Amino acid sequence: MKDRRRFLKNSGLATLSMLVGAEIVFASKLPKGYLPLALSDPETLKEFGKMEELIVLNDKPWNIETPSHLLDDKITPAEKMFVRNNGLVPEISDLRTWMLKIGGESVNQEKTYSLAEIKNGFVHHTYQITLECGGNGRGEFYPPTEGNQWGVGAVSSAEWTGIRLKDLLQEVGVKKNAVYVGYHGNDGHLSGDPKKEAISRGIPIAKAMQEETLIAFGMNGKDIPLIHGHPLRLVAGGYPASVSGKWLTGLSIRDRIHDGAKMESPSYRVPCEPVAAGVEVSPEDMCIIESMPVRSVLTYPKTGAILNLGRSLEIRGHAWAGELQVDQVAYSFDFGSTWNKCVLDKPRNRFAWQHFSAKIDFPKKGYYEIWAKATDEKGISQPMVVPGWNPKGYLNNACHRIAVKVR
Amino acid sequence: MEKRDLKKLLDSLGLLSLLLLGLMVVVLAFVFTLRFQPDIFVAGIGEEHLIEESGPIIGPIEEGIHVETGLIAGEGLTAVIANCTNCHSAKLVTQNRFTAEGWIRVIRWMQETQDLWDLGTNEELIVAYLAKYYAPEELGRRKQLKVDEWYELE
Repeated sequence: MKDRRRFLKNSGLATLSMLVGAEIVFASKLPKGYLPLALSDPETLKEFGKMEELIVLNDKPWNIETPSHLLDDKITPAEKMFVRNNGLVPEISDLRTWMLKIGGESVNQEKTYSLAEIKNGFVHHTYQITLECGGNGRGEFYPPTEGNQWGVGAVSSAEWTGIRLKDLLQEVGVKKNAVYVGYHGNDGHLSGDPKKEAISRGIPIAKAMQEETLIAFGMNGKDIPLIHGHPLRLVAGGYPASVSGKWLTGLSIRDRIHDGAKMESPSYRVPCEPVAAGVEVSPEDMCIIESMPVRSVLTYPKTGAILNLGRSLEIRGHAWAGELQVDQVAYSFDFGSTWNKCVLDKPRNRFAWQHFSAKIDFPKKGYYEIWAKATDEKGISQPMVVPGWNPKGYLNNACHRIAVKVR
Repeated sequence: MEKRDLKKLLDSLGLLSLLLLGLMVVVLAFVFTLRFQPDIFVAGIGEEHLIEESGPIIGPIEEGIHVETGLIAGEGLTAVIANCTNCHSAKLVTQNRFTAEGWIRVIRWMQETQDLWDLGTNEELIVAYLAKYYAPEELGRRKQLKVDEWYELE
């Protein structure tokens, strides 16, 4: 696979060289992440600026998971951030020609903004926003469901800087009948068909008008890395991360639920009414996922720790609950028989994950599992077994477990 | 008269040098490619072989695994490589598990929404391969934890 892509990539450069009649003399001087043709898909984790320890689930399209112990940072750094791509990383050749087009049935008039107009024309805001893939945890469903078999690490919480989507929409002028905002990016469809969009999802208009819903150009104080949507992306926390479209080139303000690629059933939908495992569900009985369920992940220690009896074990991690706050996190070291409260921080802002920690004193030597269970502000907790099966394997928020030996 | 002849001569000379220049560019490009991208020609031949369903498997097999793709070696492997790894990585195949019925459902979905072509007589071969080597295993409601490496906590 790698070899074939290298072949395509090299032949692309070779063809270019032939056309220009020479080697591209300044090829090595091209800014990182900028290639003259649509050749941006990198081949190694290093090319993304990603740590080697990340788990490559898929390399066409790129889907990369963060092992849970690498999620320990309070703010997820770029080199540890998971990647979920539906298509091919686009070429970004000239930022001066980058345009964001606002259209759709429910705008007063179509309008186009340059990158400079976006950055200079509106107030900037920075929020820490947790983004979680709708399929996080899919690998545990039985019968298995199609797609990337994520463990628990399709989640991140970075600081995003940008303009409020609502500020932009207010300037453009949105009609009263607006229902949904759909996004368009310029990532390539896997089939190579230029008429097909890899993904074009969106959010209800009320979600678009939230203060924390951003058109972002910055991540952790720098430009957004290419693989995470440079130069512009949507960031809408609490919903499946697939609504936070990358490489943003357009927004459609719709008078109906957006019907772009992967809005259709069964993508990012679950049965409107719960079903037994393995049951076939007809497309019209599947409902779009909005707020994600409560979840937590233990980030320290890494599973497999051995410690001596008498030593306290510090555990820590993060918890989040879609559009809600997390009210409580508890841990168990006896397979769910007893639960103890963790210390839980407040979120830095809405949609930021919350840190929890606890100290455990083990009563005797042996094999233990630490389970973490978060409860949201409505009193809804994570289940200890895999929750309701659904045809596409979304929303597995079963409590996270790590193994520890005391000797 | 002489002037016209001279012009004719110059014209043909110009045409000739243009042709020569063109030829030189082509030769140079070929030499450059051969020098810097010799794989192109090798890979080109390989691509052709891949399309033939009964053609030889490209690349080495180690411990029953096709090294380049990570797919299990078995009847149908070549057809799977040729038809399933053009658009997406073989990793999307190797991380999924379905019965024959389930794999057919995935193929239909790709045909309806992702531009996958009609697999023709290869479909049976591909589905049989997938259902044999990438069949679901009973997981129950929650698996035992598997620890890759126990370590001393510092």
